[in-house]
Amino acid sequence: MSAILELSGVRAAYDRITVLHGVDLQVAAGQVVALLGPNGAGKTTTLRVASGVHPLESGRLRLGGRDMTGADPRDLARAGVCLIPEGRGVFPNLSVRDNLLMMTFTGRSRAEIEEIAFQRFPILHRRASQAAGTLSGGEQQMLALARGLATDPAVLLLDELSMGLAPLIVGRLYEQVAEIARQGVAVLVVEQFAAAVLDIADHAAVLVRGRVQRQGHPDGGLRAELSALYLGSSA
Amino acid sequence: MEQFLTFGIVGLSTAAIYAVIGSGLVLTYTTTGVFNFAHGAAGMLSAFTYWQLTGGWGWPVPVALAVVLLVLAPAFGLFVEKVVLRPVQALGEAERLVMTVALLSGLIAVARWIWDPNVPRTLPTFLADRKPFHIGSAVVTWHQALTMTVAVLVAVGLRILLYRTRPGAEMRATVDDRALVGLTGAHPVRANRTAWILGTQLAAIGGILIAPTVTLDAAQLSLLIVSAYTAAIFGRLRSVPLTFAGAIVVGCMESYLTGYLPQNAYLPGLRLAAPALLLFVALLAFPHRRLRGRDRKLRPVPVPTARGTAVFAVCVVAFGAVLASALGEADLITYGAIFSLGVVALSYVPLAGYAGQISLCQLSMAGIGAVVWAHLGAHGEFWALGVAILVSAVAGAVVALPALRLSGVYLALGTAAFAVVLDRWIFTLPSFHLFGMRIALFDQGSVDVAGPRLFGLALDTAAKQLVFAAVCLALASLVVAAVRRGRFGRRLIALRDSEAAYATLGGSLLRAKVLVFALSSGIAGLGGALYGMQQRSITADQFNLVAGLPIFLVAVVGGLGAVGNGLFAGTAYIGPTNALVAVAPWAQNLVALLPGLAGIGLGHNPDGIVVRFRREWEPLGRDRIALPGLLCVLALLWVLRLGDLINGWTFLGCSVAAGVALRIWATARQTAAPTEPEVPVEWWGLRRAWRPEDREVLARGLAAD
Repeated sequence: MSAILELSGVRAAYDRITVLHGVDLQVAAGQVVALLGPNGAGKTTTLRVASGVHPLESGRLRLGGRDMTGADPRDLARAGVCLIPEGRGVFPNLSVRDNLLMMTFTGRSRAEIEEIAFQRFPILHRRASQAAGTLSGGEQQMLALARGLATDPAVLLLDELSMGLAPLIVGRLYEQVAEIARQGVAVLVVEQFAAAVLDIADHAAVLVRGRVQRQGHPDGGLRAELSALYLGSSA
Repeated sequence: MEQFLTFGIVGLSTAAIYAVIGSGLVLTYTTTGVFNFAHGAAGMLSAFTYWQLTGGWGWPVPVALAVVLLVLAPAFGLFVEKVVLRPVQALGEAERLVMTVALLSGLIAVARWIWDPNVPRTLPTFLADRKPFHIGSAVVTWHQALTMTVAVLVAVGLRILLYRTRPGAEMRATVDDRALVGLTGAHPVRANRTAWILGTQLAAIGGILIAPTVTLDAAQLSLLIVSAYTAAIFGRLRSVPLTFAGAIVVGCMESYLTGYLPQNAYLPGLRLAAPALLLFVALLAFPHRRLRGRDRKLRPVPVPTARGTAVFAVCVVAFGAVLASALGEADLITYGAIFSLGVVALSYVPLAGYAGQISLCQLSMAGIGAVVWAHLGAHGEFWALGVAILVSAVAGAVVALPALRLSGVYLALGTAAFAVVLDRWIFTLPSFHLFGMRIALFDQGSVDVAGPRLFGLALDTAAKQLVFAAVCLALASLVVAAVRRGRFGRRLIALRDSEAAYATLGGSLLRAKVLVFALSSGIAGLGGALYGMQQRSITADQFNLVAGLPIFLVAVVGGLGAVGNGLFAGTAYIGPTNALVAVAPWAQNLVALLPGLAGIGLGHNPDGIVVRFRREWEPLGRDRIALPGLLCVLALLWVLRLGDLINGWTFLGCSVAAGVALRIWATARQTAAPTEPEVPVEWWGLRRAWRPEDREVLARGLAAD
């Protein structure tokens, strides 16, 4: 399977502090890759680099084989990269309808986008005129995920989708993520709570102190290693 | 009834203009997150330009309108977006607010420079040759009808743009989260540009429509915006229809007050102050909230050391003593204000720097202090200075009560409204009796002010008063530094960082806000009294809102968290401006523009110049050869000046030259000294010893995300 999103030797820093020390990652079409690791490992920074929000110090970013190193977020968005950032990727002062209107940049009409979003998440239809900031956490994530559905991205980058949500809601949201991947979208998920995402992931990478320490199929071995990483023992 | 209808039509016509201007404010606020204090000034500049093209150069009206509305206003909007606001886009709300205040101050100065305020100018109304028509018994001019039509078109157009189109959604989304806008394929800078162009065009339309009905005066036209602010607050800064409703309330209220307010000596000012009063009430009455955004950036507040502050206080007094002995009588009055207005500027430090409360009425508080001192200390009674401080502090505490409900831009607006009420009404009142006491303010003109008597010593000369003001500035700086180091200072900073967290930790918002407003107003009142003494005679105009803006700007440029800001702001505001005018009298207009330009330069020094100045001059202060050398040179120059062997300018020039030369030398010496090679952050504590300050450096670096 050829990789749609490819990060090779990526280094990134905040001021003088280097956070990523040569990260290599590939995500193929239809594949869900879980990027796991403890706090401060550089998971969110990896997604920010992949979406153009944070600059690379060195390394390469390729999209569908095309070198996109140094491209700005707008160009990457138009090229098919969709980042749902940590803490609800919605515009809180805009209504649900206006948030969906912001998704028309790929050429789909407002009506088409609303149809896709409301069909998948009927609750959003009932909240259409409400300011997004007044929705519940789960509803906000649904609205954010609607962007992943409605804009036909080639790559979907999800950052801490489960943050502040009830396990039931998280489970439903990850079902939607798996569905999006089945449509051929390359999905890279950053998640602290590994159990939720490993159930749907085809591949997992463990990031520690800015380096990919281990990657492979999310089988028992990797899960045990993760337990050791989080709990500090091999229990 | 006929009169009522006529005043109603006039009110609606004025309301239409306020609605257009207010809509522009709402547009720029909802789409850029910036409350533009200079919005009225942009309208003022457009009105003057339109006058220049039509009345001055005789251009046809349609051509002049097209040039102003389609070329100059958009160009000005682009200039504001690119040069003024983009550099501070990543900074906090306060910095962006300051930029627009700087723009307001700068535009008034530019307009007064280009169009001599002493020359009267009038603009004809539109369609003046057409015969007015009647609605019932009321006469409606075509200018009034045109104004109302334009307002309706603007309302409909804005509604469609903002809520029915993607560019409108992009503009509003940019305020929420600029990074996320980029992720949705939009261009935040382009959205901001569009918003500024449209906002400036609306201000220009309002300015051109209102100019024929009022005096063409830069400050007056710029401050007509207070009425539009009120309308926008009715619309909670986000709803165009409610802004229109607010404009109708304000326009009609002004019109009916003109028609029906009883005529006596105390009430004419009330009509002028009514929009500001209504703004104050609207701010308190309507629920409001900041736009939810992710751009809250708070700058650290340096903690001054006790020793450093004491040295600074001694330097302030020494500087005062040197000036008092080196300057002539006229210069003493001019440059003495360095210390008195320095005290006023220092009052911003605890209030805005520590507690994060943006107040635009500190000079009004100084006016209160000055007027109390003028009346109670008419024969130099020293206790009256305490009363002046106390009365100003009480006035500050009164402002603090409504401030409990306000923060950020709303507090700035509320305090500006308070200042306007004082300027237009309270300070213009004749003397009156309250509870059997005669209260006199500026006696509708000027009031003479005497110097104090201290332990039998009359401070009646300009030199003595200058030294006294320097001592007061030194003492006030010590107090402000002690506040920062103490528990109260920590509480204020906690309050600034998060009011909710402060309250949940058991802090009393009411107590903290009342105390800090009282403290800073008391300091401002002291500054006002000192300023009054030095000027010998004071008028209300010296303490109005527009006069206070440059001091606020210079204080912000200095750095609101720095205790040294009092001396810096006083020196920077009074020193170069007066020196430049003395050397080149033609530069007077340029000088008026300086505070505005300095404010616009804030983006390059967000921490303030005082912090940078201190960093740059620290090598000189620590050098064991350069510092004593400088002190010797200064002492020698002072002796030469006292002996009248050199004049004041030579003294000043040589002092500055010696200081700069020795600073460069000391910096070069320090740089030449062997230093440790730089160790990468990852190796701190391994390849070199861990230092206590490393934790702070790392914490700041990680928090930079």
